[in-house]
Amino acid sequence: MKYTEIAVVGGGPAGLSAAITAAKYGAKVTVIERNNSLGGQLRKQTHKFFGSQKQYASVRGIEIADILESQLREYNDNVEILNGATVLGLYEDGVLTIEMKDRYIKLKPDRIIVATGAYEKFLSFPNNDLPGIYGAGAVQTLMNQYGVKPGRNVLMVGAGNIGLIVSYQLMQAGVNVKAVIDAAPKIGGYLVHASKIRRLGVPILTSYTIKEAHGKDWVEGATICKLDENWQMISGTEIDIDVDIICISVGLTPLADLLWQIGCEMKYIPELGGHVPIRDENLETSKKGIYIAGDVAGIEEASSAMVEGRLAGLCAANSLGYIIEDFEEEKQDLIEQLDSLRAGPTGEKILNGLEKVTKVIAGRYGYVD
Amino acid sequence: MRIDNHPILDFKRGKEIRFIYDGKEMVGYEGDTIASALHAAGVRVLGYHHKTGRARGFYCAIGNCSSCLMTVNGKPNVRVCVEELKEGMVVETQRGKGELK
Repeated sequence: MKYTEIAVVGGGPAGLSAAITAAKYGAKVTVIERNNSLGGQLRKQTHKFFGSQKQYASVRGIEIADILESQLREYNDNVEILNGATVLGLYEDGVLTIEMKDRYIKLKPDRIIVATGAYEKFLSFPNNDLPGIYGAGAVQTLMNQYGVKPGRNVLMVGAGNIGLIVSYQLMQAGVNVKAVIDAAPKIGGYLVHASKIRRLGVPILTSYTIKEAHGKDWVEGATICKLDENWQMISGTEIDIDVDIICISVGLTPLADLLWQIGCEMKYIPELGGHVPIRDENLETSKKGIYIAGDVAGIEEASSAMVEGRLAGLCAANSLGYIIEDFEEEKQDLIEQLDSLRAGPTGEKILNGLEKVTKVIAGRYGYVD
Repeated sequence: MRIDNHPILDFKRGKEIRFIYDGKEMVGYEGDTIASALHAAGVRVLGYHHKTGRARGFYCAIGNCSSCLMTVNGKPNVRVCVEELKEGMVVETQRGKGELK
C-alpha cells in the first residue's frame, strides 16, 4: 500500500491547478492521470481563452497545459506524478485502487481531490451508431493532438461553444463543414465564435435537428429536419446533406463514477450537466476529505476549472494543517475570480445550478479521522 | 488523411511505426494511438457489435465510451483510441465479446 497526503485524480486543468496549489503550501501530492501526458483536454484546445489574466486569458489551451505542467514540476519534491494510471475504484476505507501499466496499485491518501472531468453526451436518432458519427471533442482530439482529418464533409450537430469552436477548427484543418444545426431556436454559444464560422460561409441552422444518418458500414449522408415551437419535426422540411462525418456536440456530463462509488450525496442538476455532488464553499463533498474541482463538479469552462482546482488544493492543504497565513484572503480571491467568470448570461445558468448544490454540510462523515 | 498545413499547429511527425492490421502491414507515426493511425489510413470500422453485428467505430476518442474495442497482440477489448501505437503491434478487428486466453 502506497501512502500520500493528497491524491489528485485527473491531470487536466482542474487537477493540475489543485496539485500545484497544494504542493506550493507544502502538502505531499500524488497526481494520478490515465493518459501518458498531463493537461487533459487542454492539449487539444488551440483557441485562445477568455477570462482575465489570472486564468490565462488570450493564451491558447495547448500553451496553458505546458504552463501548468512546468509550474507543477517546480514543486517536484512534493509531487509524485503517476502517468498512464487509471483509478479503478474508491473504497469506504479511503483506498484508491489504480491500474498502472498492467500493475495493480493501492493508494491511501489523507485527502482526495477528484478532478475527473466530463464526457460527451450522445443523441438518439436512427443509425446513430455508424462509424463516422463522432463526438465533437473526439474530432478535436483526432485533429489537434494527432494531426489526422476526420473526413471530408462534416455536419455539426449543436451550436454551443464546443460545436462552434470545433467547426472553426475543422476548417483550419482543411475539412469542409456543410452546416451547423441546433434544435434550440437560438445559438447557444458565444456570438464571436458563431460570427467567425458564418463569415466563412457555413450556415448555422437553428430549430433544426438530425432526423437520421445514412450508410451501411459508415456515414454516407444525413437528413436534417426543421422543428416547430414544440420541438416536433415538421414533415416536408427534410434536407439531405452529403457528409461522411457527423459531429455530435450536445453537451457534456460529469464523469462522477468515483463519487457515486464512495457514496457522495449527488443531485441531478440540469444546469450543471447532470448528476453532481453536493459540496460546500471549500469544494468538499458530503464525504469528509473528498474534494472536487472542474467539470466533475458541474460543466463549465477550463478557466473556472483551474480556479476551482486552486480552491480545492488550498482548502485540502489547509485542512491538513499546513499553515497558510493568508488562507481566508486567498480563498476569497479565488471565490471572487469564480464570481467574475460566472458573470453574464451564461454564468447565470451555472449560478442557478450551483445554488442548489452548494451548502454548509453538517455531520459530515468519511474515512478521515 | 493527415493534416499537412495548419495555421496554428506544426505537426512534427515522429518516426514511422510499422504494425499489422488484419494481416496487412500499415504505417503510423510515433505519438499516434492505434485509432489515429488507422483513421489516417482510412480505417473507420474497428469492430462489430457482439449481438447485432453492426459496425463500430470510436465515439469519444479519449478512453471513456468503449466503442473502439479491438484485439491487440491477442488481447481483446483494448480501447484503441488511447492505446499508443508500437512497432510490430498486431491489431485485429474484433467480432464478439472477445475471450481471455
